[in-house]
Amino acid sequence: MARESLRKRKTKALLRRAAVVAVILLVAVIPAIPIWMMYGWLVSQSFSGRVILGILPSKLTLDNWRFLWSPIKMGEKEYPNIWPITMNTLFLALGVAGLVVMVSSLSGYALSRMDFKGRTGMMQFIIALHAFPSVILLIALFVILNKLGLYGKGFMTLVGIVLIKAGLEIPMATWIIKGFFDAIPWDLEWAALVDGCSRWRVWRSVILPLVLPGIGAVSIFSFLSGWSEFLLVFTYVAQEEYYTLPVMIYHMIGEFIHIDWGMLAALGLFYAIPTIIFFSVSQKVLLRIYVGGVKG
Amino acid sequence: MVRVTLDNVSKFFGKVKAVVDLNLEIRDGEFVALLGPSGCGKTTTLLMVAGIYKPTRGRILFDDEDVTDLPPKDRNIGMVFQSYALYPHMTVYDNIAFPLKLKKVPRQEIDRKVKEVAKLLQIDELLDRKPAQLSGGQRQRVALGRALVKEPDVLLLDEPLSNLDAKLRILMRAEIKRLQKELGITTIYVTHDQVEAMSMADKIAVMNKGRLQQYADPQTLYNKPANLFVAGFIGSPPMNLVEGNIVEENGTYYFVSSSFKYRLPSGVGELIASETSSVILGVRPEDIKIVLGDGDDNVISGTVYVVEPLGRDLLVNVKVGETLFKILAPADLKLEPGQSILLAPNEKRIHLFDRKTGRAVI
Ligand SMILES: Nc1ncnc2c1ncn2[C@@H]1O[C@H](COP(=O)(O)OP(=O)(O)OP(=O)(O)O)[C@@H](O)[C@H]1O
Ligand SMILES: [Mg+2]
Repeated sequence: MARESLRKRKTKALLRRAAVVAVILLVAVIPAIPIWMMYGWLVSQSFSGRVILGILPSKLTLDNWRFLWSPIKMGEKEYPNIWPITMNTLFLALGVAGLVVMVSSLSGYALSRMDFKGRTGMMQFIIALHAFPSVILLIALFVILNKLGLYGKGFMTLVGIVLIKAGLEIPMATWIIKGFFDAIPWDLEWAALVDGCSRWRVWRSVILPLVLPGIGAVSIFSFLSGWSEFLLVFTYVAQEEYYTLPVMIYHMIGEFIHIDWGMLAALGLFYAIPTIIFFSVSQKVLLRIYVGGVKG
Repeated sequence: MVRVTLDNVSKFFGKVKAVVDLNLEIRDGEFVALLGPSGCGKTTTLLMVAGIYKPTRGRILFDDEDVTDLPPKDRNIGMVFQSYALYPHMTVYDNIAFPLKLKKVPRQEIDRKVKEVAKLLQIDELLDRKPAQLSGGQRQRVALGRALVKEPDVLLLDEPLSNLDAKLRILMRAEIKRLQKELGITTIYVTHDQVEAMSMADKIAVMNKGRLQQYADPQTLYNKPANLFVAGFIGSPPMNLVEGNIVEENGTYYFVSSSFKYRLPSGVGELIASETSSVILGVRPEDIKIVLGDGDDNVISGTVYVVEPLGRDLLVNVKVGETLFKILAPADLKLEPGQSILLAPNEKRIHLFDRKTGRAVI
């Protein structure tokens, strides 16, 4: 009797497990298949001369990666060398990340710790600010760039875009970092004051190390958003030599007749490298964030 | 070492009056406990002495120097927080060394002092660990070490033992008291545990709702509570308190409540009757004798309600009319619930409080 009910229970548990697996397959695995197929296509395409059935590579070659060491030509048109373009993109991404981290770590601290008039209003305003997509700002920003004399000035235009992009990213980053500051108990700050710190020293020696995971997250996110910025560069940068990678890839896709899919795939992969690095590195950082800022 | 004076100090947070007109003098090398229920303003007081909060009104003096506007770092204070507030990203060693580093003490000297303090507190095995890898008692000792290492003029302790288990608490109680006497540092110790305050402090400041109730040594506090709050707060089990009136009959004064009548010692009655007639009678559980059979004439008769054995003594709950008395009796006394007995309060140890003001009248 008892034995039978045990067996029954075992079958039930097995069935439940099967159901769970089925749901996971349905919700998480199956929708991911096309995405993985696309990545698979990208990789195999970039290393092969010909592709069978859209996924199997044949005729292994590095020819598609020739843009790394020789000028890029598609049909009649010659594109700028990849390395200056990469440097532009890197400059944009690093500039945005640096500026965002610098400003948001200070403003996040102020919003979390200091009591001043209009603090609540400011925080609501920050959230509202984030609700606007940057598209609707394009014209207004154009006017501003023009007034500042940064439009059509080559490298200085890129600097202007760094400023704009950082300005758009800072509200959200401030919000995220504020959360990290909120998690630090007042006691800790007070203890440092009693131990003999000035306010600035408290920030540098006690608070900053504790919000480091948050700053890490914000810098990674803002780096990626600068790296993938398209609209602003596309709109404001006139000269080809100041293009960034997304804009150049866009222009190459626009080439209908002589389009070279193999090279485009390789280029796409090249462009994705920072993202891939990010995900392998950030897993650890993001996990540490989850564990909590203040827990040693 | 300094003398700390709080001169009419108040602290308001908007409408909340956390501390009101506090006057306190802590003498050089003295160990003073701030005692009171949760939310009575103990931590706020401590943070004002530390310089974290600026008093809304009043002055704070170290010796004769007004430090009210001095930032915390210039006060040379050591503080242990309720939460210990160890720096989670630093090792125990770095935690203790931090105040010295800020003072720009030379490296070798830091090393020597940290090791010395660690040895004193028996945490020299833990110097390489992070705070997250320590037990509560170890954290508390590290926090104490960090407060002591810079040889402060004033040591502030905010409920440092509240996170420890009962056994460790008793151990650390003696330890802290010994350390304080050995080093002779002026110390303010915040606690809501009266046993802790009574057993450790030279003097106790009892606070309630932001106001100082009484500031005296433990014996005085116990034997001569200044008001109802102190009487009820100090002592465990607490003092028996009964509302009633002073009534005169043929030149003798009686305390009369709804359930019994008790003759007051001669002299006491007149004294009180001249001030007020509505009073509260207070008698500590150990100051009432249980009398079996016939006793003196001035006794209160009641019936045994419940008997709680406490090991060393019995805590006897006695019903007198509607009033419940708690009485400590010798453990060998045989009592049955429902049994009729007589209560004889010790005349010399009764307390009477003015019912309106709560102040003690004798
Ligand atoms: N920063 C603050 N803002 C507003 N009110 C405060 C603040 N700090 C303390 N209070 C209030 O002041 C009163 C006293 O608080 P305090 O922390 O001094 O109490 P405490 O005696 O230390 O209590 P506990 O034993 O619970 O630690 C409380 O009513 C509290 O709500
Ligand atoms: Mg407190």
